[in-house]
Amino acid sequence: MSLDTALSPVIQLCNLTKRYGSFQALTDVSLTVASGERMVICGPSGSGKSTLIRCVNQLEKHDAGRVLVNGVELGKNRKALRSVRTDVGMVFQQFNLFPHLSVLDNLTLGPMRARKLTQDQATQLAMRYLERVKIPEQADKYPSQLSGGQQQRVAIARSLCMEPKVMLFDEPTSALDPEMISEVLDVMVELAESGMTMMVVTHEMGFARKVADTMVFMDAGRIVEQSTPGEFFSNPQTERGKLFLQQILQH
Amino acid sequence: MNRRTGMLLAALVLPLLLVGCGDKLQWYVVSPATPAGRANLLFMLGGLKYTILLSMTAILISVTLGLLVALPGLSTNLFARSFNRVYVEIVRAVPLLVLILWVYYGLPIMMGIAINVFWAGVVALALSDSAFEAEIFRAGIQSVDPGQIEASDSLGLGYLDRMRYVVLPQAIRRVLPPLGNQLVYMLKMSSLVSVIGMEELTRRARELVTAEYRPLETYTILILEYLVLILIVSAGVRWLERKLAVREHR
Repeated sequence: MSLDTALSPVIQLCNLTKRYGSFQALTDVSLTVASGERMVICGPSGSGKSTLIRCVNQLEKHDAGRVLVNGVELGKNRKALRSVRTDVGMVFQQFNLFPHLSVLDNLTLGPMRARKLTQDQATQLAMRYLERVKIPEQADKYPSQLSGGQQQRVAIARSLCMEPKVMLFDEPTSALDPEMISEVLDVMVELAESGMTMMVVTHEMGFARKVADTMVFMDAGRIVEQSTPGEFFSNPQTERGKLFLQQILQH
Repeated sequence: MNRRTGMLLAALVLPLLLVGCGDKLQWYVVSPATPAGRANLLFMLGGLKYTILLSMTAILISVTLGLLVALPGLSTNLFARSFNRVYVEIVRAVPLLVLILWVYYGLPIMMGIAINVFWAGVVALALSDSAFEAEIFRAGIQSVDPGQIEASDSLGLGYLDRMRYVVLPQAIRRVLPPLGNQLVYMLKMSSLVSVIGMEELTRRARELVTAEYRPLETYTILILEYLVLILIVSAGVRWLERKLAVREHR
C-alpha cells in the first residue's frame, strides 16, 4: 500500500451536530479516519459516542455538518446511502441477528440481496468468514441456540460478508457475560491485525491499548481529547480525561 | 384432529342426538337413513362449496389488502399515515350486513357494472375485513425490534428486501393467532351473504326450513356444519403456528 492511499480518509466528519429535541447529543464534532486506521472512541455514558458512530452509516441523521464516506457525502440521496452502507459494516451491542434465520442465512442475506451474489457464492463467502470467527460448525443453528459470544462473532462475520472497507463497532462486548468478552475481542484484534479500518466504541481499555492507532475521548457531545493510546493512557491532557481513566481503570 | 378436540365435539353432539329421541326433535328431515332425509342433508351440504370458496377468496384478498393498507400506516410520511387512518376508521365503521347490501345493490348503480352475488359477497367481506387485518399487521410489524431494521439497513438492504426477508417473517409469526381469529370470523360472517341470495350453507338451511318447517333440526345441523369447518381451520392455524415456532426459540 502506498503512503498516499494509506492516508486517504475513509471517513470524514465535519462539524457534526445532532439534537434529540432539546438535548444536544453532538456538538461540532470533526474527525477523520484514514484507510487502515484503528480508532477507539471512549467516554462516559451519554457522551455521544454511540450517536457519533451511528451517524457514520446514517442510522442517525445528523442535523448539521457533513458526513463523508469514501469521499461520498451522505444526506438526502438514498441510492448513495445504500451503496455506502454496503461498504460500512456495523456490529451492534445487542448483536441484532435475525432470529428467524439460521446462522448461514443470516450471513448470506446481505451478500445475496444487496451485493447480488448467487447462493453458492454467498455460501462460500459465509463459510469463509465463519471459519475466520472460528464457528463454522454452527452454520445451521439458529441465533438463539448460540451463546452471547458466539452470537456476536456471527454478527461480526455477517458484517464481514459484505466485504466492507470500514467496520464500525458500537460497544460490541457490553451485552456479554464477562467470560465471553475475550473470544469476541480476540476476533476483533485479529481483524485489526489484518489491516481492516475500524472505528470502535468500547470500554475495553486493554483492547484499545493493544490495537488502537488513535484514541478519541468524548464528553457531553464533544471530542475532548484525541491522541495516541500511549499518550492518552499515560498522560491525559484534560481533567475530564484523567477523571474518566481513574474511574474506569480503578479496579 | 387431536383427542381433546374430538372429545369436545362428542360432548356437544351426543346430548343433541340423545334429546333427538324425544318428541321435540324430529331428526327424520335430515336422517341419512331415509332417501328424503339424505336428499335434504345433501342439499344442505351443497352450500359448503360456496361458503368455503367465498370465505377463502375473501380472506386472501383481505390479507393482501390489509398488508397494503398497514404499510403506509408505518410510514414517516404524514400523508401516507393519514391514508391508513382514514381507510381503517371508515371501513371499520360500516356494519358488514350494510356493506353487503350496499355493494350488491348500490355499487352496480354507481359504477354502471353488473356484479354477481358471489363477487359482491367477496368484495364486501374482503373490504370489511381488510381494515381489521391492517391493524393486526401494523401491530405485528411495530412489534419487531428496531434493531432488526438497523441491522438490515447496515447491510444495505432496501425497503422491500428488509420487509420481505427480515420484518414480515417475524411479524407474521406473531400475528398468526389474531389472523386465525379473523379467518374464523370470516367463515362465520360469510353466512350474512345469504341475504343477497348466495347459495351458501345458511341460505340452503333457510330454504330447507321453508320447505320442511323443521327450523330446530335444520339450524342445529347448520351450527354443526360451521363448527366442523371452524375446528378444521383452527387446527390448521395451530399447526402453522407450531411449524413456524419450531425454529425461533426466544
